[in-house]
Amino acid sequence: MNERTFNLPPPASTIASEYDALFYFIYGLSVFFFVIICSGTVFFAIKYRAKKGDEEKLTSGFCHSTPLELLWSVIPTLLMFVIFVWGFKLYMRYFVIPANATEIKVTAWQWNWNFTYGEGAQSNVLVVPKGKPVKLLMSSNDVIHSLFIPDFRVKMDVLPNRYSSMWFQCDYEGEYDLYCTEYCGQQHSTMVTRVIVKSESDYQKWIEENSVTPAGDVLYNRYGCNTCHSLDGSANNGPSFKNLFGKKKMLTDGSTVDVDENYLRESILNPQAKIVKGYEPVMPTFQNTISDDKLDSLILFIKSLKEE
Amino acid sequence: MYNDTEKNFLTHPKGIMSWLLTLDHKRIGIMYLAAILAAFAAGGFFALGLRLELLNPGKQFMDQDTYNKFFTLHGAIMVFLFIIPSIPAALGNFCLPLMLGAKDVAFPRLNLASWYVYMLGAMFCLYSLFSGGVDTGWTFYSPYSTQTSTSVISMTFGAFILGFSSIFTGINFIVTVHKMRAPGMTWYQMPLFVWGSYATAMIQVLATPVLGITLLLLIMEKVGGIGIFDPEMGGDPVLFQHFFWFYSHPAVYIMILPGMAIISELIAVHAHKKIFGYRLIAYSSVAIALLGFFVWGHHMFVSGQSEFSSMVFSFITFFIGIPTGIKIFNWMTTLVKGSICWTTPMLYALAFLILFTIGGLTGIFLGALGLDIQLHDTYFVVAHFHYVMMGGTVIAFLGGIHHWWPKIFGKMYNENLGRFAFCFIFVGFNMTFFNQFMLGSQGMPRRYHDYSNFLKTDLFERYHGFSSYGAMILGVGFVIILCYLVASLFNGKPAGNNPWGGLTFEWSTTSPPPTENFKDDPILKHGPYDYDKVLPKDI
Amino acid sequence: MENATQIELGRVNYHHHNPNLAHHFHDMEQQHESIKLGVWLFLVTEVLLFGGLFCFYAIYRAWHPEMFIEVNQLLDVKLGALNTLVLIFSSVTVALSIRSIQMDNKKQAVMFLAITIICAAIFLVVKYFEYSHKIHEGLLPGKYFANPDIAAVNPHIFFSIYFGMTGLHALHILGGMIFLTWVLIRTHMRAYSSSYYTPVEMGGLYWHLVDLIWIYLFPLLYLIG
Ligand code: HEA
Ligand code: HEA
Ligand code: HEC
Ligand code: CUA
Ligand SMILES: [Cu+2]
Repeated sequence: MNERTFNLPPPASTIASEYDALFYFIYGLSVFFFVIICSGTVFFAIKYRAKKGDEEKLTSGFCHSTPLELLWSVIPTLLMFVIFVWGFKLYMRYFVIPANATEIKVTAWQWNWNFTYGEGAQSNVLVVPKGKPVKLLMSSNDVIHSLFIPDFRVKMDVLPNRYSSMWFQCDYEGEYDLYCTEYCGQQHSTMVTRVIVKSESDYQKWIEENSVTPAGDVLYNRYGCNTCHSLDGSANNGPSFKNLFGKKKMLTDGSTVDVDENYLRESILNPQAKIVKGYEPVMPTFQNTISDDKLDSLILFIKSLKEE
Repeated sequence: MYNDTEKNFLTHPKGIMSWLLTLDHKRIGIMYLAAILAAFAAGGFFALGLRLELLNPGKQFMDQDTYNKFFTLHGAIMVFLFIIPSIPAALGNFCLPLMLGAKDVAFPRLNLASWYVYMLGAMFCLYSLFSGGVDTGWTFYSPYSTQTSTSVISMTFGAFILGFSSIFTGINFIVTVHKMRAPGMTWYQMPLFVWGSYATAMIQVLATPVLGITLLLLIMEKVGGIGIFDPEMGGDPVLFQHFFWFYSHPAVYIMILPGMAIISELIAVHAHKKIFGYRLIAYSSVAIALLGFFVWGHHMFVSGQSEFSSMVFSFITFFIGIPTGIKIFNWMTTLVKGSICWTTPMLYALAFLILFTIGGLTGIFLGALGLDIQLHDTYFVVAHFHYVMMGGTVIAFLGGIHHWWPKIFGKMYNENLGRFAFCFIFVGFNMTFFNQFMLGSQGMPRRYHDYSNFLKTDLFERYHGFSSYGAMILGVGFVIILCYLVASLFNGKPAGNNPWGGLTFEWSTTSPPPTENFKDDPILKHGPYDYDKVLPKDI
Repeated sequence: MENATQIELGRVNYHHHNPNLAHHFHDMEQQHESIKLGVWLFLVTEVLLFGGLFCFYAIYRAWHPEMFIEVNQLLDVKLGALNTLVLIFSSVTVALSIRSIQMDNKKQAVMFLAITIICAAIFLVVKYFEYSHKIHEGLLPGKYFANPDIAAVNPHIFFSIYFGMTGLHALHILGGMIFLTWVLIRTHMRAYSSSYYTPVEMGGLYWHLVDLIWIYLFPLLYLIG
């Protein structure tokens, strides 16, 4: 993997080689069309260059040819379909996140990154295990940012009003650049950090060294969630948190909803928006009481109550 | 023949007021030309500043704030003040009525008003330049644009006003094309420049109002906090992107269609050859204009819009490549069996075929859903749009200036200097922007003031350095052009009515044309490119 | 042959006799058709301008359906309906004014134009009362919103959209009034007749559009509950 490839950085993630295949396919096509057009233009321009006396003669009336025009409408059309389908397949690879991915929470603000790991560890560089899929769950505290790791071929905007996510799996230990690629103000160009890929065991060690007591369960009691939500599966005023994450829930209006991070966030900040079937809309809003990082811990806590 | 004693539109009537109050489309075109060239020089100044700063890693001579303002002003000036009005409002204004055999555009007063509105908009942009600049990027993305304390309001208000000038020009052109053609001229006897301008005008009329309302709401958000784009008030910042690109993607076709329109003229006239596939070229302009309305989401593949919309936008994006490809192949085939003069305009036209193809093909990389993930907001995009805007539109514009210069001013420029400067432009341009493709795919993000302390700093430095030197060569090229064009006004040889052997109406009147365009109402005797039936010297 | 000379003659006639013909047009018909197309295009841009706002409306209504329904109750349907009637009526009168001038009835045309303008003024007065009531209650856009009695989330967005749309529309009414006043004065000065009445017709077209937009605004803003 250390060799310099021609146009792209050496592929360092599993998706990168799939990416590169499409890239070089279009690259080849482009070179092909470019050579045709460039050489044709230059060749004709020289071959039919005006000579002395040409002003006296009429030029050819060659101005239409259905077969030719069909040729260069149909062939590109077919190629476009190929590129589209291929590109779409690749795109879907980016959006189907493996179920067993290690999850890391990313918070962006002007102009820094913060990475929070499942066990409460925090850092400003992104530390990930080698050979395991990693999911980044991202949100911003202010404006829009974007997280970009060129060697992994991944990029996703980080938005202030909701979570976005992306995943990758890197098979090589090492350090890689990580950039912010959405213009976010004065120090946009310094909102840069590194990804450090460690072997599975080194990663675990790093996590242990850096972890702090998870705050989610403390908050669960402090904010009084425990008065209505149990942890053992029994229903109370509100539904239990046990095994809540990842479920499908029936709502009073008859629709269903997947319990994911965005839904949890909404349920806490704006509980009236979606009411679970069988319960009353009595939950108070925590819009102005729970800050974003506490919200993250609570959500992590609820997620940790899911049994494999 | 050109004759000094004859009254032409330049010399008659005289006096500054006769220019400021003129209703003559030719004079308004020249006034636009002066204004947009000034804008181009300003934009170019900022561009050179950017390139100097990026020459080496680390801070060179400006801090981050200044850099951010430089690229914003560079982009905004180049887009709103230069490229969008450039070809339609300057050359189009001059040529369109002449080509149709009309005495003027349909609404001369509206035409003059559009110039004043343009100047007013430019004043607002200047105001924000001098009141500390703007640092949002030319895209004004919320919520950053609603939070920053720089003078976003006057800039967006300026862009809002400029929109009206664009709409006025658009309305004028559509009506002129529909109602003012010379007696007997059917749609398929119009020069292709007219077709291209017509398609452009359609976009101007249909897309600009939406930008207007979006910018207005952005201003209201900033002034009044109406909460539509502000996430803290239940608004959605991504919505702004949708509305912005709903205009700004069609706007890129406002930029390129007139360029393509010029290329059709240049190639046919300087190859003295009937254009290949007239109808397809005409239809494809309209097709591009219409399709261009449904692809805006390809700027937002990583913004978190739904995968389904991304899919639709990508699909339609590719369909724009097809009519564009048709045009390029048709132009290339037009050369076959022609009688090609290697004049300066023709060199620009040939360069257009090569450079725009590079720009267009790299657009396909960006339009492919998966590929855009790596390339979005990197220098690959920067290289793409400079290849289409600079390598496409600006090159075509330069070709058009050289092509119609003799008609506008009645004087020939120095052809050898023209070819000489062309070499600078061609080489400098490729040096500046070709390596930016590599820079981008290697991961260099755009809108970065500095690239030191990256793992790839060395690699980036090589590409950036090359690019900066290229920009200087490019700058020299423009200075040469400026010099010999200005010189030609004083000591250029008289051009004659038809120096290139064109068959369209504008070449049948004197150079410069009289105020009323034609001494006698022109009568259509042949198609615009009938080089197989008529010799230019016979008309 | 005969036909050709007739056309020629027609042209010469117009050139010499109709002072309303601008120099760059061949004849009155070309001029009239051009202006008409131009005004239609202008109306298209107006529709798109409002179209942008209608999109915002649709998007936010889809996101906050209950809020829209709850907050919408605070608008005064009676005043809205009154204004709708006033505008529909003024559409009729403006059409009648065109008819009158086509029949060279200058006096009637002036009268109908005057009624139209008065209707526009009534519309604005009613809007003024509506607005001041809203302002009084703190039902204002965005961060100025100051009404604690509403349970639904983000009610300020409804008022951002309400004031945005009706405000822009009111500006158009104002513009229309100014233009129609100018037309009225010119009509009074006998500038128009059955042979040339393009400005009256164009003013009418514009006025119909402004009415039409209100016809959409009224149910969308006032009647969704
Ligand atoms: C003149 C202006 C212009 C033109 C004409 C184009 C033309 C095209 N553009 Fe470009 N574009 C811009 C100006 C322009 N663009 C700007 C300014 C931006 C960035 C804005 C910003 O973020 O600041 C941008 C950004 C941009 C993006 C977003 C990138 C990103 O931010 O991630 C995309 C993505 O799809 C794109 C695609 C295309 C495509 C597919 C075309 C097509 O129209 C190209 C069609 C042409 C060809 C395809 C070549 C000829 C065809 C053939 C030879 C036939 C055979 C071809 C094949 C079989 C492939 N452009
Ligand atoms: C028409 C559009 C246009 C044109 C022609 C150009 C021309 C150039 N552009 Fe620019 N560019 C944009 C539109 C354009 N650009 C846009 C929209 C952006 C995005 C901004 C953003 O991110 O928000 C951008 C961004 C951009 C960047 C990226 C900045 C960043 O992301 O950090 C860079 C960097 O190299 C750059 C460089 C250049 C250079 C070197 C030229 C050169 O080609 C310039 C050459 C011109 C000159 C050197 C001037 C010479 C003139 C004279 C000497 C006087 C002559 C006078 C008369 C004729 C009267 N441009
Ligand atoms: C006054 C009682 C009460 C309190 C206190 C309360 N909730 Fe709730 N909660 C409910 C009820 C009732 C529901 C079900 C109805 C609904 O969806 O609104 C609910 C639903 C939820 C849901 C959606 C669960 C599902 O099954 O879909 C989440 C998540 C949640 N609450 C989190 C919290 C958190 C975190 C806290 C503390 C910070 C909290 N709640 C405090 C009563 C309460
Ligand atoms: Cu954060 Cu750019
Ligand atoms: Cu686009």
